[in-house]
Amino acid sequence: MGEVSFLYEARGQVLVIHLPKEFDHHNSRDLRYETDLLLAENYVRKIVFDFSRTVFMDSTGIGILLNRYKQMQRSGGTTAIYGANAQILRILAVGGVAKLMPQYTSKEAALLG
Amino acid sequence: MDQMKMIDGMDTEESRETPERMCLTIESRSRNEEFARVVVAVFASRLDPTLAEIDDVKTAVSEAVTNAVIHGYRGGDGIIYIEASIDGQELTVTVRDLGVGIPDIPKAMEPMFTTDRTGERSGMGFAFMEAFMDQVEVHSEVGRGTAVTMKKRMGG
Repeated sequence: MGEVSFLYEARGQVLVIHLPKEFDHHNSRDLRYETDLLLAENYVRKIVFDFSRTVFMDSTGIGILLNRYKQMQRSGGTTAIYGANAQILRILAVGGVAKLMPQYTSKEAALLG
Repeated sequence: MDQMKMIDGMDTEESRETPERMCLTIESRSRNEEFARVVVAVFASRLDPTLAEIDDVKTAVSEAVTNAVIHGYRGGDGIIYIEASIDGQELTVTVRDLGVGIPDIPKAMEPMFTTDRTGERSGMGFAFMEAFMDQVEVHSEVGRGTAVTMKKRMGG
């Protein structure tokens, strides 16, 4: 009933994670397990977070992004963000993620960047 | 017509001067986090706030309710009580649980502090509440529960 699952897209060595409309604790319960599985089974050099559908995020989202960032850092990979609206950009700034992950306006730019 | 105008005028005056209150009682379930923040945001919209102010309130309420679900009741059963009031241009929201309580409130409120061991929690819940509201007060008793009261002037 209205359960949100994440949509994952593999683009070569890039994993694109399409985030839900409401990126909160409830909607991210399965994200850790699912991405850990994907990262274990695939050679991923970059994770791209798609915020184009997202209208709400709280510190749960920050925790998840920071954890993935550290994970990619350890394996020499990178992370990027695209499609974030003004409110999401504010949350990213307050949460200290804005300066860690480059932000792009389009998916193409994020994949290339 | 004149009488109608007078009644209208009285109505407006009354709604500005009398504090309004609401309360919401929900089960401690993660799916209720969105429900709670949306209800409080709709109530707060009576202050004629900006969109950014509404987003601030939503985020702060989400943080407090998520804390109650994850830490207060440790993911188990429980009831969360949310009260909000509007007085003048100020919104007050209290999120209360009857869960485990916080042994060391200043420690819990330190940015990046978390009791979570999965590495997924940022430890920024209270920092977010403080960033997005004017005032945050936490009362807690171990074994009795926690109440977080937040205030914000908005609109007007």
